[in-house]
Amino acid sequence: MTNQFFFIGLPYAALFIVITGTIFRYLNFGFKVSSLSSQFLESRELFYGSRPFHWGLLVLFFGHLTAFLFPRSVVLWNNVPVRLLILEIAGLGFGLTALFGLIILIIRRIKNKRLWMVTNKMDILVYIILAVQIISGLWVAIFYRWGSSWFALSLTPYLKSIFLLSPDISSVSAMPMAVKMHLISAFTLIGIIPSTRFMHFLVYPFAYLWRSYQLVIWNWDYRKIRSSRKMKNGIKSKNN
Amino acid sequence: MNVRSQISMVFHLDKCIGCHTCSIACKNIWTDRKGAEYMWWNNVETKPGTGYPGKWEDQDIYKGGWEKKGNTIRLKGAGKFRGLKNLFHNSGMPVLEDYYEPWTYQYENLFEAKEGDDQPVARPVSLITGQAITPKSGPNWDDDLGGSQDYARKDVNFKNLSPAEQEAMFQLERMTMHYLPRMCNHCLNAACVAACPSGAIYKRGEDGIVLINQKKCRAWRLCVTACPYKKSFYNWNTGKSEKCLLCYPRLENGQIPVCMQSCVGRIRYLGVLLYDADKIKEVASCKEHELVDKQMSIYLDPNDEEVIKAARKNGVADSTIEAAQKSPVYKFVKEWGLALPLHPEFRTLPNLFYVPPLLPTMAFVENGTYETTSESFWGAIEKSRLPMKYLASLFSAGNEKTIEIVLKKLMAVRLHRRQETVGDLPQNEVSDPMREVNMGKETADAIFRLTSLPLFDERFVIPPAHREEAMEMLESTADVKGNHGFGFKEPPKRGL
Repeated sequence: MTNQFFFIGLPYAALFIVITGTIFRYLNFGFKVSSLSSQFLESRELFYGSRPFHWGLLVLFFGHLTAFLFPRSVVLWNNVPVRLLILEIAGLGFGLTALFGLIILIIRRIKNKRLWMVTNKMDILVYIILAVQIISGLWVAIFYRWGSSWFALSLTPYLKSIFLLSPDISSVSAMPMAVKMHLISAFTLIGIIPSTRFMHFLVYPFAYLWRSYQLVIWNWDYRKIRSSRKMKNGIKSKNN
Repeated sequence: MNVRSQISMVFHLDKCIGCHTCSIACKNIWTDRKGAEYMWWNNVETKPGTGYPGKWEDQDIYKGGWEKKGNTIRLKGAGKFRGLKNLFHNSGMPVLEDYYEPWTYQYENLFEAKEGDDQPVARPVSLITGQAITPKSGPNWDDDLGGSQDYARKDVNFKNLSPAEQEAMFQLERMTMHYLPRMCNHCLNAACVAACPSGAIYKRGEDGIVLINQKKCRAWRLCVTACPYKKSFYNWNTGKSEKCLLCYPRLENGQIPVCMQSCVGRIRYLGVLLYDADKIKEVASCKEHELVDKQMSIYLDPNDEEVIKAARKNGVADSTIEAAQKSPVYKFVKEWGLALPLHPEFRTLPNLFYVPPLLPTMAFVENGTYETTSESFWGAIEKSRLPMKYLASLFSAGNEKTIEIVLKKLMAVRLHRRQETVGDLPQNEVSDPMREVNMGKETADAIFRLTSLPLFDERFVIPPAHREEAMEMLESTADVKGNHGFGFKEPPKRGL
């Protein structure tokens, strides 16, 4: 029953919340969709915390995504022991990098009075979830070794079954506690995205890559003023 | 030719008395809010000095503006690759200490303190944490060369001066200073616009005002790094960047920005310049010593038939063209060539121009006394006590020739007016300087008039915003014709 709650109920709840919640938040509280940057109040320690934390997590996220999308290729890659070692050590390395960054970030936030002014309750939850997530991941990497290989056989089918709407928890129920913790905190993390600063990665500015540097907006274009012969309602300016 | 209109400004530095009324007016209406306490969209600095935020001109520290690379330019501390790479930690961004920690005083303590042996005091408390602090720096901490060891001596513009020249500037008899009021330049090649990953910062097509859309801003903070003038500020409370908006709600109603309205010395002029938007990139990428001349060439003559035709074709309103023809800025910048951009080497093509200060350069010392009986009435520009190199570093990317010509023109006007009003100078002492800068009597009188006796409407020529037509972009005003009362947003017809 517990397994069903955590591995069927929780992931679907998380998915439902993240989809409806982010859309709701973006449309209704779009002004607040960002990670409230505190670099202005404290910059030096942020450098040693934020950079390793973000780069570590970014690589790990895409690593997990690859293992989920192309399990066969990952297993094939791991056929040669040296390549398996490289992959595992790299994963562990980036995990430790992210943990190092997170610890610096937490210490920074606790010891700096200015940062208390821009910290809310959900930020504390974010730190806790992230700590559980990274530590449980490292735990699995160290004590239940070669996860990059057994992941493909046990967890990928489970995650796939979730997305195919026919959840099969037989393999995940037999997993050790650390793996379960990692999964549960991951689902929780996804579920709290709409109500926390996690929102900021959803608005990563990709559009910047292909827009021109200078941006000029005309509020009203004398050449484009509608003629009154087209009898339909105008569209409100998107500029505001 | 892609003609656009730009609201631009001229500050006449000889007239600035450093009273900070502009800054206070701006603070009162725009930045007297939580998170914005430390911001001064408009501030007045004493030069030489390090300014606000400290050493803002040193782009090795703050990585602002554009840098030339080959035949083109790129953002120094931002841009598509560097900017997105730096999102996690924006290395060039100034922090609170570079500005100052805003504070207030516990005034209520004066009234509510319990009875005791001591007089109650109002202690300073931080406006960020609410804790008691001892202010160590604040707005205009270095006013009038106060604490010059820490501030004036560290002025970034001294880098081209030899140690002996620097030392000379700080001898008591030779010491000189002037004020430098600063605000957003509403640049043509704005670095903040280019650096914003969210696309929240934009230039208004109608009048060239650069604005930050607060809804689209996502606190990536790259504009703060990218603006070489450090006039984009991060609001730590809202998590949005803010900057001078040239009081656009006032401008649209035909009023002038408050900093200009309140200016005691009447140093500020505002008007329209027409420019060729196709040439922005070319001008911004030119060689450093050509920057000022090239920037001047981008502004077009509003009386030229060709320009008027192209402007109309581009949708510039006739009233705007008319305002451009009367623009005091056009006169100072193009016609008379008296006003120069601040730090053109940042390559943003700023639209705030300064008439460089003549007064601090004039009096010079010989044998320990002020020299007033030299061969000419006011002494030669070359012998001035404020080194030309210093002014050139501020206003012409190091090109001393440009500064010298402007100062000589200003001097010629003074000599001409002395001759007109007092008439005690030998004829050649007036006519030679005027011939040297190629200035006629009418021009000199016109410069004198617009400098010393201008009317309000001559200092500020605001193009009408045509708000009465703006409605037509949102809905056709003919839609409701023939309907009852206010008309309907939806057709009232029922049934399928």
